[in-house]
Amino acid sequence: MAEWYDNLHPVWQALIRVLLFVGPLLTMVPALIWFERRVLGWFQDRIGPNRVGNITFQKKDKWVPEFLRGKKIRLFGLIQPIADGIKLFLKEDITPSSVDKVIYFLAPALALFPAFALGATLPWGPFKGLTPVADVNIGVLWIMAISSLGVYGVVLSGYASNNKYSLLGGLRSSAQLISYELGMGVSLACIALSTGSLKLTDMVTAQEGPLWGVVPAVSNWNILTPHGAIAAVVFAICMVAETNRAPFDLPEAENELVAGYHTEYSSMKFAVFFMGEYAAMAVYGGIFATVFLGGWHMPIPVRWDYIAESQPMLSGVVSYFQWADFWMAPAWFLLKVWIIIFGFVWLRATMPRLRYDQLMSLGWKTLLPIATVNLIVVATWLLLQEVAGPGPALALSVCTFAALWIIFRAVTRLEPAKENFLPNRQISMVEVKPAEKPEAPEAAVA
Amino acid sequence: MLNLFAAAAAPKMAGFAITGELLFFAALAGLAMLSAVGVVAFNNAVRSALCLVLNFFVLAGIYFTLNAEMMGITQVVVYTGAIMVLFLFVIMLLNLSAPALLQDKNDPKTAVGMTLGMVMFTLVALQVLPGLMSKTEPGAVDGYGSPVNVGRALFTGFVIPFEAVSILLLIGIVGSILLAKRRF
Repeated sequence: MAEWYDNLHPVWQALIRVLLFVGPLLTMVPALIWFERRVLGWFQDRIGPNRVGNITFQKKDKWVPEFLRGKKIRLFGLIQPIADGIKLFLKEDITPSSVDKVIYFLAPALALFPAFALGATLPWGPFKGLTPVADVNIGVLWIMAISSLGVYGVVLSGYASNNKYSLLGGLRSSAQLISYELGMGVSLACIALSTGSLKLTDMVTAQEGPLWGVVPAVSNWNILTPHGAIAAVVFAICMVAETNRAPFDLPEAENELVAGYHTEYSSMKFAVFFMGEYAAMAVYGGIFATVFLGGWHMPIPVRWDYIAESQPMLSGVVSYFQWADFWMAPAWFLLKVWIIIFGFVWLRATMPRLRYDQLMSLGWKTLLPIATVNLIVVATWLLLQEVAGPGPALALSVCTFAALWIIFRAVTRLEPAKENFLPNRQISMVEVKPAEKPEAPEAAVA
Repeated sequence: MLNLFAAAAAPKMAGFAITGELLFFAALAGLAMLSAVGVVAFNNAVRSALCLVLNFFVLAGIYFTLNAEMMGITQVVVYTGAIMVLFLFVIMLLNLSAPALLQDKNDPKTAVGMTLGMVMFTLVALQVLPGLMSKTEPGAVDGYGSPVNVGRALFTGFVIPFEAVSILLLIGIVGSILLAKRRF
């Protein structure tokens, strides 16, 4: 780091770190909205917003410079979010008469706060002193803590609106967030165990090692390890649920709850909720990239250092890759984040919304047991690695997983078969009988 | 609490400098006290609960300024993030918005409660404050209360209490499931 930066007062350094994180995040939010609308348009076989910002210059106008006449500037609708923002800003700001005023105004701010505070321990590059805002020894715990604060914005907006749909949305949301936090916490605990640290920077460093401790040319991204892959799937599902995105957007299910918790919010207050959701998406994408996809490294899991050492012939070419890996770190990080955001949009475009009981049973009966079994397996694997070395440990941990699976099956089989107390809520496409032919009325025959 | 006594005890503290850290601490401490008063002063149950949330959050902030990140973050995870959400959930479900019932004028319980509260405060203050009077910065050794040390202490010296608490929690979970599943 440059000397002038080191000589700055720590407070100024911290301020620069915060600005370097929040500034790009705020810039990303409108881009994200545009990206989502365009990608959704692509999925749904339509065009999406592609007009705003296009300028076509007139062919014969004295005010248009010579070289611009008849030219067209295309921005692919990138200005659309700004137009949306202006629209929301200029809309009438309605405050319903019977709301709890203080809490009603407080709720959007509380919804925005966790989205921005969440990334305080997130490293977006290898630049010590510039990137994570606070490189404290509790990085993962911080994520858990701040993401659990996300409930307040939704619950309080639901309560303060004095509207039954808002209240239902708020209650649903709090139940949903509490349920999915467990799976998320346990899946992050697996990675914290295998890394041996709660620091996110240490997690990135740990993913630079050889794959499974065995393959030296491939770096040990957590998503490539067996336990990491399971944790990644669980974390990804919980991440979507925590950001209230489709298919887990029950708190704002419009066919049941009008607009859920933000029914009574209009104008900029609604925009703040909107912004919070998208900022949270981006930050969760960053967390996923850091914890499972090798952090700020190049999006190919290759250990350039090892290749340069083992194949001296290639060291010239590899040095370029090493340079790019280090100096283009923010770009790689952003690329990974955008890939994950594309996944978010993909899910929204593809999956229908879950029913409330399906949501709960997915969280409690599927994700939590899987994550817990994964945690046990990781612990076993770590112990065996100490005792027997990396190779046998991997094999034995697979055996542990198999054994736990058999136990799980045996235990669930002990339960009595569920009686079907609400058969009309189940739709089975196969068993639908063809409609019986109505018997011809007697009168018609006669 | 310290900032209240700082003025009274000023003659004792020669060379007592008002630093940025101290001001920050004073702001946090004052906010914590105000929100603590708010918990009991508000008639609206939701506002009281929110004040408690703020209090817990500010308390976590104080832990952060004392280099006890683990403690602070546990405070946020457990109290602010989990327990208070359940509080709010219950308050909203029961819709406790009947302040008329809560206001009893000329209730002798108020006076007795305040007296007992003051007595309790004096007792605790007598025990705690003398040792803290001259302290202006955290005195714990580096790494005290860090996740590594806490984990090591839990799984070596305190392993039996730790396991006992785990079993207690497990019993609690199983019991609640049993209660929820019971069909009347």
